[in-house]
Amino acid sequence: MVMVTSAITEARVRELLQNVKDPEVPAISVLELGVVRAVEVKNDSVLVTITPTYTGCPAMDVMKQDIEKELHDAGIADVRVQQVLSPAWTTDWITTEGKAKLKAYGIAPPEHTADIRALKGELPVVECPHCGSKNTGMISLFGSTACKALWKCNACLEPFDQFKCL
Amino acid sequence: MSQQEALFTYCLRQADDLLILSHRLSEWCGHGPVLEEDIALTNRALDHIGEARNLLTYAGQVEGKGRTEDDLAFLRAERQFVNTKLVEQPNGDYAFTIARSFLFDAYHLPLAEALTKSSDAQLAAIAGKAVKEAQYHLRHSSDWLKRFGDGTEESHRRAQAALDGLWTFTGELFVQDDLHQGLVKAGVAPDLIAIKASFDETVDNVLAEATLKRPVDGFMASGGRQGKHGENMGFILAEIQYLQRAYPGAKW
Repeated sequence: MVMVTSAITEARVRELLQNVKDPEVPAISVLELGVVRAVEVKNDSVLVTITPTYTGCPAMDVMKQDIEKELHDAGIADVRVQQVLSPAWTTDWITTEGKAKLKAYGIAPPEHTADIRALKGELPVVECPHCGSKNTGMISLFGSTACKALWKCNACLEPFDQFKCL
Repeated sequence: MSQQEALFTYCLRQADDLLILSHRLSEWCGHGPVLEEDIALTNRALDHIGEARNLLTYAGQVEGKGRTEDDLAFLRAERQFVNTKLVEQPNGDYAFTIARSFLFDAYHLPLAEALTKSSDAQLAAIAGKAVKEAQYHLRHSSDWLKRFGDGTEESHRRAQAALDGLWTFTGELFVQDDLHQGLVKAGVAPDLIAIKASFDETVDNVLAEATLKRPVDGFMASGGRQGKHGENMGFILAEIQYLQRAYPGAKW
């Protein structure tokens, strides 16, 4: 029998969720990615609400399983993960720490959507995550996953992924 | 027809457009002219199929007979698919694939924008996600159409031929039958006259930059929304549905 020694709290669940990484960008957690919209704890049951980044993102099912597994492994038996579509996820929900970790991982973090150029379809100025140069250019709007675009640095000549502003 | 049945069909119309187009785009996987475009088209296919899944799931809930997204995608017959004929057209050359997506994107973006204000909360939520992705899609197809149109003589010729060949399939996107008009009155669906105005503006602006001519409106193909498809549709469904038909309930 699994003994739950301490009462489950929202803070404890959030602590555990910090261990659940984005399966496609394992540098950041689901919390830092901003896909966890709510954590509700009622007696011994936990309800985690997540929202998809991109509609067709194949990582969502994996995230759901990983969240369930992490909480089960911590002795929480009654876990439910539900998906909501609204409000739609935005890259603004990636936390400051999340953005810093993306950069350290070699992915240029998204610019802020408040930047009007992004909405008008003009290209943002993107800093190379490898050498920091702003002399960069976009190769393709679509990169290795739905959420990223492919860029290259004209200074260090390295290609890099950019997390698209959404 | 009850409001519930109308909403069910309306969800299918949108879902089927996206599902069939995503299938066509996925056929490029591994065959793209350059690696970046191979990736771009499969990314777009993924976005479309994601929206289609949301719409099919919702259609199943609206219908209330317990059908899932998979039941609706894999177990309907050809005459029960209500996509437009535009999206079922074969890929052709790259100019044709890009032109087909461009015409669809120029319709899909304003449609998704308008649906975010739908009186139906779930349709509005689905559109709220789609609208952000649709902006990237339209940018992608517009960029390539300009590059082809304003490129070499050969690329210009092919892009113009693609537009000329596809134009007959654009009329069906904007037909408002009784079912649609009923949903417009209920505030569920947008008036397609406004969507057409936005489509026209996008097409005129992009074609002008691309130095391509807008085809003249002539005979417009129809029937897709009523389940009457061209000869390609059966082959598409054979590929999409074979596994579930041969091994019912198979999972992976």
